Order: sequence, then C-alpha cells, then structure tokens
Amino acid sequence: AVCARITKKMCAFQPPPAKYGGRHTVTLIPGDGIGPELLNHVKELFRFSCVPVDFEVVNVSSATEDDINNAITAIRRNGVALKGNIETLHTLPASHKSRNNLLRTSLDLYANVMHCKSLPGVQTRHNNIDIMIIRENTEGEYSSLEHESVSGVVECLKIITRTNSLRIAEYAFKLAREKGRKRVTAVHKANIMKLGDGLFLQCCREVAAGYPDIAFDAMIVDNTTMQLVSKPQQFDVMVMPNLYGNVVSNVCAGLVGGPGLVPGANYGRDYAVFETATRNTGKSIADRNIANPTAMLLASCMMLDHLKLHDYATMIRNAVLTTMNETRLHTADIGGQGTTSEVVQAIMRNIQSKGPLTSEL
Amino acid sequence: MGLNRVLFLEAEDQIKCIYIALRTSMVQDPTQFDVLVMPNLYGDILSDLCAGLIGGLGVTPSGNIGANGVAIFESVHGTAPDIAGLDMANPTALLLSAVMMLRHMGMHDYGKKIETACFDTIRDKKVLTGDLGGKSKCSEFTEEICRRVRDMD
Repeated sequence: AVCARITKKMCAFQPPPAKYGGRHTVTLIPGDGIGPELLNHVKELFRFSCVPVDFEVVNVSSATEDDINNAITAIRRNGVALKGNIETLHTLPASHKSRNNLLRTSLDLYANVMHCKSLPGVQTRHNNIDIMIIRENTEGEYSSLEHESVSGVVECLKIITRTNSLRIAEYAFKLAREKGRKRVTAVHKANIMKLGDGLFLQCCREVAAGYPDIAFDAMIVDNTTMQLVSKPQQFDVMVMPNLYGNVVSNVCAGLVGGPGLVPGANYGRDYAVFETATRNTGKSIADRNIANPTAMLLASCMMLDHLKLHDYATMIRNAVLTTMNETRLHTADIGGQGTTSEVVQAIMRNIQSKGPLTSEL
Repeated sequence: MGLNRVLFLEAEDQIKCIYIALRTSMVQDPTQFDVLVMPNLYGDILSDLCAGLIGGLGVTPSGNIGANGVAIFESVHGTAPDIAGLDMANPTALLLSAVMMLRHMGMHDYGKKIETACFDTIRDKKVLTGDLGGKSKCSEFTEEICRRVRDMD
C-alpha cells in the first residue's frame, strides 16, 4: 500500500508551468569556488541559444542562516534550481550544518541521480561504462546527529528508515523501467550493519518483487568498489544509502574521466535541483579559467529536460558532446590544453552552425 | 621507511574536497598516494578498492597490529571453497602476508628474499596461477619461488 501511494505521487509530478509568455524562472545558486564562473557560462550559453529561462540568483554564504533560507524559499517558489557547491568548512562547530545538506533535507530531495557513461572522446582505463546511480539523499550517515557523551568518545547516528528506503528503492526501479534498464543492484554493508543496512536491503527486496521484469541483486560496498575498478561494465542501475552513494558516485566519476564531466540531479516530490555530480567546490582551480564546464552544462541540460524544454536540452547537449568527442577540445583535467572559455566558445559555434535558433554573436 | 605523506580521511560534507578528490583521484591516478590512515568503514571500502587496482584479492596481503606488538597477518580473500584442495589457488596474498609478518618480527632479510623471489616470478609471467592468466598449479608456482630463493643464496 505504501508503494502504491509513493508511485502515484511520483507519476503526478509535473514541472512548474511556465509563466510570463512561456518563460520559466529557475533559482540559481552560484556557490563557491568554480560554481560562479561555470554558472556564468551557463547563463551566457542560454542567452546565446535563446533558451526561455530566466535565472533568479540567490547567493549563499556560510556565514548566516538567512541566505540558505532565502535560497530554499526561492526554490519553493520556482520549483527548480541550478547550483554550484557551497563550501562547508570542517573547522566550524558541529552545530553548523552543511548548507548543501540543509538544502537537500529541507526540500526533501530524496533521490540523487547520476548517470555515468563513457565518453568516446575521453581516454580512460575502462570503456563501455553505462551506470545509473541512485543515492538516498536525505538520511543515513548524513543525518548530522553526533554527540560526545564522554570526552574523547564520539557517537554518530546513522538513520535508516523504512519509509525512505522504500521510497528510494521505488524510485530506482521506476527509473530503471522507464529507461529500459535490465538490472538493479543494491549496495550495502548489511553483514556488519545488520539492522540499518539490513532494513535498507529488505525494503529493496520488497520493491523488487513488484518489478518482475527487472533483475535484482545485492552487493557489499567494499566488493562493489573493487568490482567497479576492475570490471565496471557489469553494473547497470545501482541503488544505495547516502554514504555509499557518495563513495560509489565518486569512483564512477573517476572511471569515466573525472569530476569535470558528470552532471547530477536531486529530485524530490515537488522540487528538483541540478548540479555537478561530485559536488566539488574546486577552490584550487577557481577563477583561473581552467575548470571543465561539461558537468555543469550537462546538468543545465538535465534541468531543461525536466522543464520539458527538450529541443533546447538536446541542442546544447549535442553541442557539448560534439565538442568533447569530435572537435576534442578538452580542458586540463582530461588531458587537454583548452581554457573554460575556449570550450564554451566552441560549443556556441557548434550551436550556431546547426540552425537559426541563436541570437547574434 | 620513508613515509612521504599521510592523509587522514574524514567523510562528512565538510572534508568533501579532500575525500572526494581522494576517491576520484584514487581511480584516476592512484600513484600520487603513499600512506593513508582512516577509520574502519572507509578502510574497508578503500582497501578493497585499492586491491582491485593492483590485481585483486589474490595478491593483496594484510596485517592486523595491536598493542605490544601482538599481530595477526592474513590475506583478505575468502575461503574459496570452489577451488579448495585442487592445487589451483594463488598463494601470493598469504605469502606476502607472511613477508609482512617476518618484517614485523625484525627478520627483514628473509622477508626481502621471499618477496623479491615472489615478485620476480610474477614479473617473469612464465609460471602463473589461473587467476593471473597462467596455467600453473599452486605447487608449481611455489616451487618456482623456492627455486629463485635457493638461487639467491
């Protein structure tokens, strides 16, 4: 009964309707590090391509709670956001929650989705990788519940709930079916965390029973990482709790060429927030015009698809991938010499050569 | 021992830039890392990940060190019941764990001799067990290592 209720809610979701002459308003959170410059390129590209999206920029600093609350309100109003990563300094006290985490939990963006696909233009050790990772995004080890009852002894609570586990498993299987995928693998450590991960695994099995057309198996997280670095082609769709999702998605990003390439999406019942998959701030490469814009640009295409602006999404995505795979203009992180702006210019030239949709250069 | 760099891992959002850089980098360029120290779960995950990078659990040794020098050395692979008793298993992992044990006991010369012989045999590629792409038996592989040790003396 719970599964049915959840499925119905997921089917009923529609993106917010475009207002004011068919233009959508999207919340833009520049964040820190490379976020602002990459999002400027997104804005530039959208303007060039005449994409009917207006951005409402909300800056978030780690200093006050106000900023993040403004951002959350703006996302509630607009329904959709595109964001850079907000830096969280580990030197701040435990009471200071990660701003990114706060955003995800307040908006209940329970599913983090990442699609790792090998790109023909990028040299990597392994090829033919096509893995979808669905990571529970609101609980688990990121519940920020820690205490030090005895000095020098810290206890950290990992929260796994039946509701959220069923919800994420349902999301994974539904997505697998929609995309015509054959197998879902649950990643866990239930041999050690018998109650926590055990509950997660049990929920996955229950949901799997309702999808006889999709194969289901489970794999322990340490074995999973070993398999990923030796035979990643064996994986199809993977579903897992929060921390393992963090680990596995980063390993997979590394397998297909690095953090500069893969976009990520965070979906909730009512809201969606798009960003780079590995959520790097990239402080060391900020403002040097060397960051790879691919991940952020592809994230903006995912956002356009979400708003049902498929033509624009496809146009930009094809231009990005052509520049990557055919023109082979690469930034330093994937072994090239191009600057961020050179890559973006090349993408714009590609878009312009394809049709009349663009504004004048 | 020449430790160049020790990197302490924490995995909350807060240290994301180091941790994530570590995991993506570990897959892309693992040679940049030297010694890594970390809490239990991350160690479990990263040790298997690294084992995958160097050829799998068949060649990965380990040791569990306690206070007062009490230690247990073991390979981290499973019991492999499907190939037990068939003279097929790769003894490298357990052998290198024994080398770690010898070093722990201060018998560095013996450890070095066995390790060199083992690495040379694998490098030579003439006598390898099935998991490393060869056709030799476990006893043949071991005999080859013994021969090299004898030749060293």
